[in-house]
Parts: sequence; C-alpha cells; structure tokens
Amino acid sequence: MNSIKTILREIFGLFVDDGAFALAILVWLFVVRTLSPHLGHASAWSGPILFLGLALILIESATRYSRRRTLK
Amino acid sequence: MGTGWAHIGTSITASFLASLVECVEALTVVLAVGSVRGWRSALIGSASAIAVLLLIIAALGTALTHIPLPVLQLTVGTLLLLFGLRWLRKAILRAAGLIPLHDEAAAFSKNTKAMRQHGNLPAAWDKIAFAAAFNITMLEGTEVVFIVIAIGAGRAGTLLPASLGAVAALLVVITLGLILHRPLARVPENTLKFIVGVLLSAFGTFWVGEGLDLHWPAADWSILALIAAYLLLALVTVPLCRNRSQTVPSIP
Repeated sequence: MNSIKTILREIFGLFVDDGAFALAILVWLFVVRTLSPHLGHASAWSGPILFLGLALILIESATRYSRRRTLK
Repeated sequence: MGTGWAHIGTSITASFLASLVECVEALTVVLAVGSVRGWRSALIGSASAIAVLLLIIAALGTALTHIPLPVLQLTVGTLLLLFGLRWLRKAILRAAGLIPLHDEAAAFSKNTKAMRQHGNLPAAWDKIAFAAAFNITMLEGTEVVFIVIAIGAGRAGTLLPASLGAVAALLVVITLGLILHRPLARVPENTLKFIVGVLLSAFGTFWVGEGLDLHWPAADWSILALIAAYLLLALVTVPLCRNRSQTVPSIP
C-alpha cells in the first residue's frame, strides 16, 4: 500500500512541484482556448501567442523563485 | 499532413536523451543495491519492474488508438507541457546555482549507506534488495513510459521512433553499467536535463497547439522553431535569475 502511495505521489510530482506555476500554465491554456476562435487576423499567430504566454510564465516563476530564495 | 523528418528526428532525440537521464538515475540505485546486498535480487527486482512497465505500455498503446487525435494531443500535450516546463524551470534554477546540481556519485554513496543500514544479508532471497531495485526501476521507468507516449502519441508514426529512442538509451546505460560497474557520474546529466527540458517543452507546446487547432506559421517545422525559442529563453533566464538572487538584499 505504501509503495502505491509513493508511486502515486511521485507521478503527481512529475507534473506539479510549484502549484502556482502549474496553475498559471493551465489558466493560460484555458485563456488561449477561449480566445483563439475570436482572434480574427491574429489567429495566424495563435501558436506563437500560446508560446509567448508560456515563456512569460516560465520567466516569472523562475525569477520569483530566485527572489524568494534570496529573501530567505 | 504526413509525419515529417522534423518530427521523427526530434522525437528520437528527445526520447533518447530524456530516457538516458532516467536510466542513469535508476542505474545508480540498482548498482548501490547490487554492490551492497548482492546482484541476484537486485537484478530480478529491476527485471520485474521492466516487465510490469512493458505490460502497461501494451495496455496503454491499445487504449490510445481508440481516443480521437485532437483529444489525445490536447491531453498528452497539457501533461507534457506541465512535465517539460517543470523540468526546464528546475534546469534553469540549477544552472543559475539556486538549487544543487544532481550528483550521481553522491547519490550512489547515499544509497549504499542506506542499504548497509538494513543489517545482515539473508541467505538466498533478499526482499529489501528486490523492493529497492523494483521501486527505483518502476519510478524512473514510469517517467520513461510517459515521455515516450507523450512524445509519440501526438501524431501517427512517431510512437515507434520515440520508443526506439528510449530502448537505445536503456541499452546504452545497461552496457555501460555492465562494463564500468559504477555510477555514470561523468555523464553531463545537468546539461542533458537542460536540453531535455527544452525539447519536452517544445513538444508539449506544439501538441497543445495542435489539439486546440491553433495555427503554426511554419507547420511541422515549427517544432524546430519552438526548440530554438525555448533554448534561447532558458539561456536568457539563467543569468536573469542569477542577477536577481545577487541584487536583492538578503534579510539580516
């Protein structure tokens, strides 16, 4: 039983170790999914727009961690 | 749109490198278990875990063929994105010196110490060695299975190249383990993790885009553009994190 719990915890940990980071990614995917049919001419760039949002989330999360680490 | 070389080449490379990292980590623990408590139970533990993983792959492979491709791309892409970006974020923080580098030699001594603490060896069957080898192979193997499926399931014809990449990595690590009998500490694991984070994030972004029916300006070749973009982004973020950690005054 403990083995199964450990494996399940490890599997969850594969996808989430910083809850805010994982949540921001999911929210951005939801936003892109909701807005993409209404982008008009910009829809030709919908893929790169998805990437840009993810890039900003990554930079924000990494720099936030570095700030938090220093303040500890 | 058929499966292009851009996808086949990157699928093999991503799957090989990601699996190599996982296999190296598993090998370190199996070597520690085998060298302290004997090879028989350790190797049977690892082999049993590989058999279980093969059964999971067979079951999942059949089930995945019944799921519509856009749903599969969106689901697998989202999971791969969470997995890949988490991996890339950690690699950036590691490269910036904010979290410790992974050290196989240190992991080996930690695991050998832990194995010695379990006391005397049983005469024939060693449950502790079996369980330790089974668990680590199962844990790292689950990651490999997920990576192969996530990279390969997004488009028809990429599951085989992704599987071949993983099998090649397993064979390389087993061969090196048999020859060297010590952890592969010289494998540039932290650099590999950085590259793998870039590749998995690029694949995840592309699959999610396909699943959401988004437009990629260069079609299939966009995967290469995404790899370049994530690499550049990661390389720029490392010094940014390093500078932030140096400029923010610490609380006395």
